[in-house]
Amino acid sequence: MIIVIIVVAVVLVLGIGFFVARRRGRARVAIPAPARAAMPTVLVTELAERPSLEAPSLAQRIGSSRSVFDRVRSLSSVGALSDDQLEVVEEVLLRSDVGVATTALILDDLRVNGAPDGVATAVRATLLDSLSAERTLTTSAQAGRVPVWLFVGVNGVGKTTTIGKLAKRLIDEGRSVVLAAGDTFRAAAADQLEQWATRTGADIVRSAEGADPGSVVHDALGRAAARGADIVLADTAGRRSNSTNLLDELSKVRRVADREPGEVVETFMVLDATTGQNALSQAREFLAAADVTGIVLTKLDGTARGGIVVAIERDLGIPVKFVGIGEGVEDLIAFDPQAFVDSLLDT
Amino acid sequence: MFDALSERFERLGTSLRSRGRLSDADLEEALGEVRAALLEADVELGVVRAFLDAVRERLSGEALSQSLSPGQQVIKAVHEQLIEVLGGSALKVTYASKPPTVILLAGLQGAGKTTTAAKLAAWFKQQGRQPYLIAADLQRPAAVEQLRVLGAQVGVDVFSEPSKPIDVARHGLKEATRLGRDVVIIDTAGRLSIDEALMDEVRSISKVTLPHYTFLVIDAVTGQDAVVTARAFHETLALSGIIVTKLDYDARGGAVLSARGVVGRPVVFASSGEKMDDFELFHPDRMASRILGMGDVLSLIEQAEQRMDSDVLAEGAGRMMSGTFTLDDFLAQMNQVRKMGSLGGIMKMMPGVTKEMRSAANNVDEGELNKIEAIIRSMTKRERREPVIIDGSRRTRIARGSGTTVSAVNQLLKQFNEMRKMMRQMSSGAMPAMPGGMGRMANKAVKAPRGEALPPGFEALGAGMKAAQPVRSGGVKNKKKKGGRVTPPKQR
Repeated sequence: MIIVIIVVAVVLVLGIGFFVARRRGRARVAIPAPARAAMPTVLVTELAERPSLEAPSLAQRIGSSRSVFDRVRSLSSVGALSDDQLEVVEEVLLRSDVGVATTALILDDLRVNGAPDGVATAVRATLLDSLSAERTLTTSAQAGRVPVWLFVGVNGVGKTTTIGKLAKRLIDEGRSVVLAAGDTFRAAAADQLEQWATRTGADIVRSAEGADPGSVVHDALGRAAARGADIVLADTAGRRSNSTNLLDELSKVRRVADREPGEVVETFMVLDATTGQNALSQAREFLAAADVTGIVLTKLDGTARGGIVVAIERDLGIPVKFVGIGEGVEDLIAFDPQAFVDSLLDT
Repeated sequence: MFDALSERFERLGTSLRSRGRLSDADLEEALGEVRAALLEADVELGVVRAFLDAVRERLSGEALSQSLSPGQQVIKAVHEQLIEVLGGSALKVTYASKPPTVILLAGLQGAGKTTTAAKLAAWFKQQGRQPYLIAADLQRPAAVEQLRVLGAQVGVDVFSEPSKPIDVARHGLKEATRLGRDVVIIDTAGRLSIDEALMDEVRSISKVTLPHYTFLVIDAVTGQDAVVTARAFHETLALSGIIVTKLDYDARGGAVLSARGVVGRPVVFASSGEKMDDFELFHPDRMASRILGMGDVLSLIEQAEQRMDSDVLAEGAGRMMSGTFTLDDFLAQMNQVRKMGSLGGIMKMMPGVTKEMRSAANNVDEGELNKIEAIIRSMTKRERREPVIIDGSRRTRIARGSGTTVSAVNQLLKQFNEMRKMMRQMSSGAMPAMPGGMGRMANKAVKAPRGEALPPGFEALGAGMKAAQPVRSGGVKNKKKKGGRVTPPKQR
């Protein structure tokens, strides 16, 4: 199959070459020598207008999207839900990124169950039902093995920052932590993790940029075992979830981390709360590739609500275990379904 | 990107194609599909509503065209509306008469500002400018270091100092003027739109540096929040445009529509990968075509012209037509393909490529290409010229020489033969019977309806397919016209 693709691509490019050649030939005949401007730009030299800056109105910013949430709370009727009410609920869920499919399912539930104690209660109960997976946290491995927490996710979701915060948390609990700088791809990713190590007092194992992430993790396990460390937090490079190669690489890192003396006890997929429906396919792919055991939902302190985790937990059974609610080292807390649902409906 | 949306519209197109005429109920059903598709693609609810209203109006305002089926009518309206929302025409990047032209990048954490800053610098460099980068992200650990590394990669100097972001920006700007750089790109820290302190900070950076362009960097996987973020940044900074990143992720991308819809400023650049040159001007018209599953042939051709050696290409094409294509030519062409970036990226832009092919292409890595190169390089000159002479023992030798297996050699030879056969058919003017999806692709192109009544994207599809295959003289004119669009906006 792969070779077919390559052949097709070559043919395709040949076709383009053919086309380019034809066009060039024609251009040469038609217009003697038009200096073809460097790709798409306009070299106009005129002063671009400098936009004026007016004071922003903060209330305006958030106002419009919030008003609808008030409407849910104000739905006071009891019993069956009217279409209008369902529409309001739908709007709230869609605006929270819960997604079309999951929203439809929740609306079906509501239609069937009605709202004996008011709409808001019914919606809350239905959402909580969707968030009922186990949320235990494993910090110990079998005797003689070093427990490993592996962190995976797409680019820019906050994996490295999450590791820094969790390292702090674990160290505060009296554990000794070794960080493995497994993101050998992004420029200065290891530096970033190293700063966290310095800040939290964790040990760190790093390697040169472009090194094999598996070997970094392996070395970290060696060091952790030799020094009798309590846990290893392994970073990985951000990767898109639609590339089998990148996912294969991740599987390999996980296998290395799970080999003696290590044992992967948790694999966290770090997810940015601003993410939309793509989060579902991210979770699906990372689950298949790295056996994700939990989600860390970051950047929940912004205006995004992260409703997609409802769909993830409902469809794939991956529970959210931590949420990031700020820039501070302490701002990573255990996930609380009640509070989360309230924030979906109330904020 | 936008795969899900295009698939949905494709389905929508089919279901409506089978109907006679468009009743009101049909229309509402079709628009319902569009709504679900847009929501699934993360377009913000309010933007979806406005979009649907506009489409409805467009459809009711126009007399039903005789030459279009109802389905095509809806698709056409959606397509046109998409183009309108996505920006109509690209923003012109002009330069300040008194350099440097200052560009400020802002956005949420993790949107890809630092990478974008470096890519943007590389883009300006390619335009013959002398860019300068200022690392004003002092928030995230090692962000400055990251920009330094990327700056070195693209050969652009980076200014940084351990002070406050606003001072870094001011001093950096002074330094750029002293050095005579004509484009200055300021990378700022990621910030949440409700973080007042940080929003004030970026506003004061903006006040001090008076940027000519302020771009919001937004990531294509963003959900409903895109609107809130875009609005907040726009109110704080008076954005001049949007840069969308991570377009190489699968599906979605509705955030582009949302942000564009709410801010009313154009999407200017699109970034789609981890390589420094996976960065280009955003083309609303092409993107709209892509949403509708019509591929993005124009971008492909543009990229080809920019990155590939056209002499090598033309030579290969010539050999292909004369039927003397050898394995050496194949190798040369394959190396041209490499220059285009990932195969997945190429396939994504081709119209009519099936999902399976696309995902397969996504998974072809450099290693596979290296393997093929090794096989060909392990052949003697004569073998490359006349692959027929490669018998069993030669195969074994080649396999050993290239560190592959005999079956890999066999496979390559078999495919190469197929390809030659196909080329012969192509040069004799017959429709080629291509292997796998390519054949289907070709068929699709043939079946694709042509004519004035269709939206422009459909023509692009036809033209694109022709670009991928030799055409009879009739089509060349059309192609040439299309080619004209590739030239700078100024010349449009």
